[in-house]
Amino acid sequence: MNLAILLLVVLFSTSCFFFGRKKIIKITSENKIRPNALPDYYGYYLALWCAIPAVLILALWTVFEPTIIKAIIINNLSSNNLSELNPDELNLIYQQIIALYAGNFTGTITEEIRLGAENYKSFLSIAEGSKIVILISFLMFTTLYAYKKLISNNKAREEVEKIVKAVLFTCSLVAILTTIGIIFSLLFESIKFFTTINIFDFLFGTSWSPQRAFVRDASTITPEEYNELKDAFGSVPLFAGTAFIAFIAMIVAVPIGLFSGIYLAEYASKKVRKYSKPIIEILAGIPTVVYGFFAALTVGPFFREFGERFGLEVSSESALAAGLVMGVMIIPYVSSLSDDVINAVPQSLRDGSYAVGATKSETIKKVVIPAALPGIVGSVLLAVSRAIGETMIVVMAAGLAARLTINPLESTTTITTQIVMILIGDQEFDSPKTQSAFALGLTLFFATLILNYIALRFVKKYREKYE
Amino acid sequence: MSKEELLKKRYRAEKRFKFYGLTSVILAILFVLFLVNVIFSKGKGAFSRTTISVEVDFNTEKLEIKNNPTNEEIQDTDFYDLSIESLLNVYKTKGLKEEKDLIRIFSPDYEFEIKNFIIENKGFLNKTTIIELTASDDIDQLNKGNYPRHLPEERRRISDFQLLIYDKLVEDNKIQKTFNTFLFTNGDSRDPELAGVGGSLLGSFFTIIVTLLLSFPVAILASIYLEEFAPKNRITDFIEININNLAAVPSIVFGLLGLGILLGTFDFPRSTPLVAGITLALMTLPRIIIPCRASLKAVPPSIREGALAVGASKVQSVTHHVVPLAIPGTLSGTIIGLAQALGETAPLILIGMVAFVVDLPSSPVDPSASLPVQVYLWSEQAERGFVEKTSATIMILLTFLITMNAFAVYLRQKFERRWS
Repeated sequence: MNLAILLLVVLFSTSCFFFGRKKIIKITSENKIRPNALPDYYGYYLALWCAIPAVLILALWTVFEPTIIKAIIINNLSSNNLSELNPDELNLIYQQIIALYAGNFTGTITEEIRLGAENYKSFLSIAEGSKIVILISFLMFTTLYAYKKLISNNKAREEVEKIVKAVLFTCSLVAILTTIGIIFSLLFESIKFFTTINIFDFLFGTSWSPQRAFVRDASTITPEEYNELKDAFGSVPLFAGTAFIAFIAMIVAVPIGLFSGIYLAEYASKKVRKYSKPIIEILAGIPTVVYGFFAALTVGPFFREFGERFGLEVSSESALAAGLVMGVMIIPYVSSLSDDVINAVPQSLRDGSYAVGATKSETIKKVVIPAALPGIVGSVLLAVSRAIGETMIVVMAAGLAARLTINPLESTTTITTQIVMILIGDQEFDSPKTQSAFALGLTLFFATLILNYIALRFVKKYREKYE
Repeated sequence: MSKEELLKKRYRAEKRFKFYGLTSVILAILFVLFLVNVIFSKGKGAFSRTTISVEVDFNTEKLEIKNNPTNEEIQDTDFYDLSIESLLNVYKTKGLKEEKDLIRIFSPDYEFEIKNFIIENKGFLNKTTIIELTASDDIDQLNKGNYPRHLPEERRRISDFQLLIYDKLVEDNKIQKTFNTFLFTNGDSRDPELAGVGGSLLGSFFTIIVTLLLSFPVAILASIYLEEFAPKNRITDFIEININNLAAVPSIVFGLLGLGILLGTFDFPRSTPLVAGITLALMTLPRIIIPCRASLKAVPPSIREGALAVGASKVQSVTHHVVPLAIPGTLSGTIIGLAQALGETAPLILIGMVAFVVDLPSSPVDPSASLPVQVYLWSEQAERGFVEKTSATIMILLTFLITMNAFAVYLRQKFERRWS
């Protein structure tokens, strides 16, 4: 249905384009005047005024229609019902109504559901009808308005360009909207979570086991129950696990990445550089789920067998396996960023160093790296931020047990693993367990935000230094 | 220490340093080769399928069916007895246990396969013919040489009797290896020999189309605004900071956004490519805007000034001259961004694309999986056959990614103009 309407709008605005163009040619040739803009602009003007409002209305309508119908039906249900129903039950009935309407309902049909489905059907047809009427009348109105304006005021090009600029500006606002959306969706659920669990118990508690926290009404928690509950949501083990795995990853990635960046920038011949750089960058293009599979299938069991040979107890999901593979994944981020910053160091610094007799490696160690240090620090920080936000490798290879440990051979868990484990499958939005995932997400978001901000500052300062 | 010794020492340090660098580069390249090698050696088996030749007698009387049945009539007919009878003819058995063992060397869909065969080849009604039926996962793995048959019987899932049947069948040339079309056409399944990536291929396809349709126009328009029209003020700075930060936000946060807003607030359908596409579009947007802006920036100012000098307006100079010149760069940036989106898993898990979906999706609002999610789902399965299937899925995914990236590089090298 929407597609047909959209097609109609497109058709109509295309004909508006030709109409506008033809009209202005006719008017100007009859009155023997020159138009202020190319005839095409008159067509564009009409077509844009016709299409943009219509498409906007259509989009908004499609997005909000289900929500509004749901609100109306649930409202009806709760006003008809003498016994009080809580939101979950209402939601369930609503789902059943939709299922009945769609024809895939299983179970006993109660009077309530049958009536609801009939209501739903009539609301849908009302909505459909009013959508078409409103849309067409709006379309007519805006097109007429534009036509009047076009005839009376002859500035088609300026008007069209104004619209174009407005559209461009709106598109660039999407980035801000996304940020706002992220912050809102995270904050909204997190605030609900923090009304149940004290934020300090969350940030500084040392025991994490959300599966213990089954759904409870948040307002009726007794102090004893709370004591038990807060032990389920102490996130220190997750922070520690995340930092630990990221640390192992950096131990692998920073030396290898930095040295290969230096080699490619300073030593490698053009030919070597041309072929080896893309190959290393393949590592960055491989999806993380592939690394996760690799870590869980090959690296983890390898470490376990290796450890058994020396009488060590190695769990098949270990921080070491996850961290190592994550380090391999991060190598290209470190290497290509440090390659870039080293290339940006002015040649005159190197020449000065060679002139006083330093060897190439001495020049690199004593002159180039100190000069490039802020950029290198920035790239390492960006790599750290990637490591703590990385999800699939740790989900598949690091394990689920939240424990405070510095033994890399044991399984550890991370913030991202727990978010996935809590939200995989069906969620109940009102349980503290689900909300805790959003609280973790908020923590993760701010941690990476701060790291990225600092890193970008470093890189920017460094760039300014040599420009 | 004499001067010569010192010099020697310095040269040694020089060599060492260079050696470290070279080792790192080689190590990184070795990682790539090793990873690719592991995946390919594990996955290549999934592209073939083991079948067993079975003689079936399509007797219409026994089937209680007319001589010229329609497709629906055949669909409604019970083929179970006929199937079991034909399967048991493959090898002589005694007792219920042996019969069960014999039937278990076939994939559980045998009845369906026989039925489909006769629907497609109605001429074989009332005739006896030989059909290739899919072997069970264990026999499949045994035939590919991945099964440890030297283990004692109690530690194997294949019984000694089944091994006996298998060896006899191999001797009689009744076991074939064919190209595994199921891998590309079937949806997910609990049986590895029947599971395919058809559903997730379509799911990924729909997802990427939605992502492309949403992110490409918005990204291009936004980068044109920021690069060409934006006044230097606080709003512009704020937008730029936002874009740079969003490009580095972990993908799982976008999954939370999709879950909280799209599913939680707007009630979009769960587990569908539509929601996945919107979520990934928001994630990819900043990652496309950055290369788009770079390619707009690379167009020299003289082009703009030339257009303005002959009387074009600012908008005309941008749309007629700057943007066409920047198109190769923007396209290759978009393709690389989409390739990243194609491999993304974590946000899709959060919006429920991990559901077990057998049917192939026919539109972006049908529940489905996607290729990377399929990798995750199958990697959790214990059967040997799924390890092979997972690796094969990764091979398919990597093929797509490499093709997309190669195409992006080609576009850039072939069409982008160098100005200096």
